[in-house]
Formats: sequence, structure tokens, C-alpha cells
Amino acid sequence: MINYWPLLGIALVVVGFALRFNPLLVVAVSAIVTGLLGHLPFLNVLATLGHGFNENRYVTIIWIILPVVGLLERYGLQEQARTLIAGIRGATAGRLLIIYLALRQMLSALGLTTVAGHPQTVRPLVAPMAIAAAEKQHGELDDETSELVKAMSAATDNVGLFFGEDIFLAIASILLIQGSLASFGIQLTPFQLSVWAIPSAICAFLIHGTRLLLLDRQLGRRK
Amino acid sequence: MINLHWLYVLAGAVFAAFGLGSARDETNGKRWGNVAFWGLLAISLWFGDFLGDVGNGILVLALVSVAGLHLIGRGSKESTTSEERERFSERYGNKLFLPALVIPFTAFVGTLLFNYTPLKGLNLIDSKAVTLVLLGCGVIIALVVCYAWLRPPTLAGVDEGSRLANSIGWAMVLPQMLASLGVIFAAAGVGSTIGALVGAIIPSGSVLLAVVLYALGMVVFTMIMGNAFAAFPVMAAAIGVPILIHQDGGNPAVIGAVGMLAGFCGTLMTPMAANFNIVPAALLELKNQYGVIKAQVPTAIPLLIANILILYFAGFHL
Repeated sequence: MINYWPLLGIALVVVGFALRFNPLLVVAVSAIVTGLLGHLPFLNVLATLGHGFNENRYVTIIWIILPVVGLLERYGLQEQARTLIAGIRGATAGRLLIIYLALRQMLSALGLTTVAGHPQTVRPLVAPMAIAAAEKQHGELDDETSELVKAMSAATDNVGLFFGEDIFLAIASILLIQGSLASFGIQLTPFQLSVWAIPSAICAFLIHGTRLLLLDRQLGRRK
Repeated sequence: MINLHWLYVLAGAVFAAFGLGSARDETNGKRWGNVAFWGLLAISLWFGDFLGDVGNGILVLALVSVAGLHLIGRGSKESTTSEERERFSERYGNKLFLPALVIPFTAFVGTLLFNYTPLKGLNLIDSKAVTLVLLGCGVIIALVVCYAWLRPPTLAGVDEGSRLANSIGWAMVLPQMLASLGVIFAAAGVGSTIGALVGAIIPSGSVLLAVVLYALGMVVFTMIMGNAFAAFPVMAAAIGVPILIHQDGGNPAVIGAVGMLAGFCGTLMTPMAANFNIVPAALLELKNQYGVIKAQVPTAIPLLIANILILYFAGFHL
């Protein structure tokens, strides 16, 4: 007999996120409820949570980059990113982000996934450049429009990463697919798998690229 | 050999610096909450291995209480005004990009060196930690360059780092918390339960329907768990292997690779993938914390349809 009660923990997360409670609180409450419903004693739940947190500390290491980004912003990095873009003829937010999308996909396909990212490149460089390009083309942006341009900058980074990295042979997800299928007796090489990431990568470029071109037109209409 | 522990020492120091910087910001009325928050994280990074599982669990509860009870805030202190920044930017020009590019450049060169040259065999760096160690090296080099060239006040790095850290706030720990939630989900058997549920509604006869169910299962489960890695083994066991590969004779490489990518479309649409979707919203100071997700959904849905078509045609008709 399968115990369906732990699924309530998932429902808690969905409801908590939808109602916009503090996400840390939502996740912690859901973790404890799920554990208890899965018949783990409270102390075990606490220990599992603590163990999981401790084992996953590497996820948080990326933030050691903040002092560098902050220092450079103090000396006008974002302003300079804007100045640079303002000097390029024909630069638009959409075109700039298409170039970034292509670069991000190619670098990820070569296994260079950490070369770019939200703290490394999007906040200090890509987002201010996209804003500057949009302002150059359409004049001062209202709050809503600049939110849209910033959000599209972050989105472009994600799409480029997700639909580039699997072309690289030694990426975690390819190894995971290989391992999972091997446990069912299906032997594949990483190469056989990563080749099949290429059609999706092309589709991702075409679909998101089209949306970026449409973004330029959309910005034009908002003016 | 340099391993993750070296980085935990470095990262602990950086988080302690965020605490110090927060304490120095008198414009933040809740600054002692911030100090507690970053201090707890520094303790976790430095001493996590000595606290024991229950000790770490208590630390997590303390961390969550500080954030959940809204005891952290942000100050309004600006180190330099926008006019000053304009002047600096005129003075330093495009050279300002160089320190910013030090970090990606170090990652780039280091990755090449440690993957494609004899350095790989020397075991200087623990292979599991290479990317993070390179990040750490890049940060240290960039900091040295910034201080040597721009000559900021001694504590400027601390103040600027904590200014950014406090503007992102609790979102910085959310990815790690979600990873811990994943551990609990696994311990409580959530994955196998979902697998059994999906397995119970297997369509009979229609390959297309089975493909759609497999892809949608990947998307939904990825959205729940926050990453496709947790979803893949479950969906492969429930539909991918028994139905698509064994029963219907699909190409295993396509079913595996494109199934995972269908899951990535789900990653684009869920707040559970916090480091990609929620953290950037905080980092870019968006008013809507779901702004990035909103921008991604119109890409994710057509891309999912494209992946389903690739699964169907390349998996069964090539």
C-alpha cells in the first residue's frame, strides 16, 4: 500500500508560494510536514533537513562574487555598460539579447556553463546594456517596461544555459540520463545522448530569438 | 588537494563580511536581524561538519525563523551617488569591464587547463569541486585587481558586498533550502509515489499520447521538485523505459535526451527552481518576484511542443 500522504507536502509548497508567504518558511514547513507524514519521527526529520542543508552548502558558494560586483558598481560599471551600448549604432535590446543567447548556448555547449550567469554577467552587464539599448531606441522607459527588459535578460540567460549545456558530453544531466537508463540495462554513450540535445537547442534559439525580435517591436508600441 | 572545504572557509569569511557590513549600515533599522542571518550562514559554512545533523537542523530552523518573521531588512545607504558613478565611469572607461571579466576568464582558462592538459592528472583540485574552486580563484584575483587599481576604502568591499547581499536577502539561501527539501521528499518516498500515480494512467495503444504524457509528466514533476534531475529517474521508470522504449520500440537516446529537455521547459516555469527564477528577480530588483517566470512561459510552452514533436518523430519515425 503506497502512502499518499507525503504528497500533501507538495500541496503546501504550491499553496504557500501562491499566497506569497516567505518562501524559506514555506519550504521549511513543507519539509517537516512531508517528513512527518512519511512516518519519520520529528528528530529524524530535523536531522534529515540539517544533513541535506549541510551537504548542499556548495549551492550557496556562488555569492562570494558579490563583493567584486558591488565594488565595480561603486565605480560605475553599470553606467559604463550603458555608455558602451549607447555608442553602438543599430543596437536594440532584442538584438543584444539574441547575441547573448547565442553566446550563452555555445559556451554552455562547450561545457563552460559558469562563465556566465545571473550574478556574474546578467546583473552587472547584460541587464544594464539591454536597458540602455532599449532607452536609446525608445527613450526613457517606464517602470513596467524596464522590468520587462530586465526579466527578459534573465530569461535569456536561463534559456541559453538550459538548451546549450546538454550538448556537452560531460554535463551532469547527460551523465544522469546515462546512469538512469543503464540501471534498466540500456547502455548508451554520452555522445549518443548529447547529439539529441542539438535539435532542441536549435528550436530554443529560434523560439526565444523570435520573441526577442518581437520584444523590440513591443517596446516600440509602448512608447 | 584543494577540495570543497577550502571554499567553505572562503565563503564563510565572505558571509561573515556581509554580517559585518550589515552591522555598519545604520540606515537599516533591522540590521541586527541581517547580522544574525549572515552570521548563521557563516557558522554553517565554517562549522557545519562539526554540528551534527540535528545541530544543522536547528541552525536551519533558526535561519528560517529570522527570515520568516521578517527580521531582516535593507538599508538605504548608497556608497557613491549616481553622479559620482557617472564621473568614475568617464574616468575609467571600458577598463572597468576587465576586473568583471577576470572571473569568467579564470573559469574559462581553468576549465580548459584542468580538462584538456596534463594538469588533469595531478589531482591539484578535487574533480568535483573544479568549477567552484575556479570561481573562488577568480573572485580573489578580481578583488586584488580592484583594490590595487581603484584603491577603494579598506572596508568598501565589505560594504558593497553586504549592500548587494541585503538587497537579495533570503532568496540567497532558497536554492540550498529547496535542495534540502528534495532530500526530505526522497526520504518520505514522494518520487516513487508520483511514479506509481503516473504509471497507473498509462494510455494504451497511442504512441503519441504516451509521448505527450511522458513529456508532461517530466514538466509537472520538474515544476514540483524544482529540477529535472529528480524527475527524470522517476518518469523513465514509470513511462520512458517500460512503455516508450520496450513496448513501443522508441529510440532510447532520443527518449532519454529529449525527455530531460522537456523537463527543462518545466524548470523555466516554476518558482521551485529558485536559483534560476526567483534569485534573479531579487538580484535585478524586480517588483514582481515571479517576473522572470512570466517572461519565460511564452518561450517554454512552444519549446515544450517542439520537444514533444522531436520525441515523437525522431524517437519513433527515424
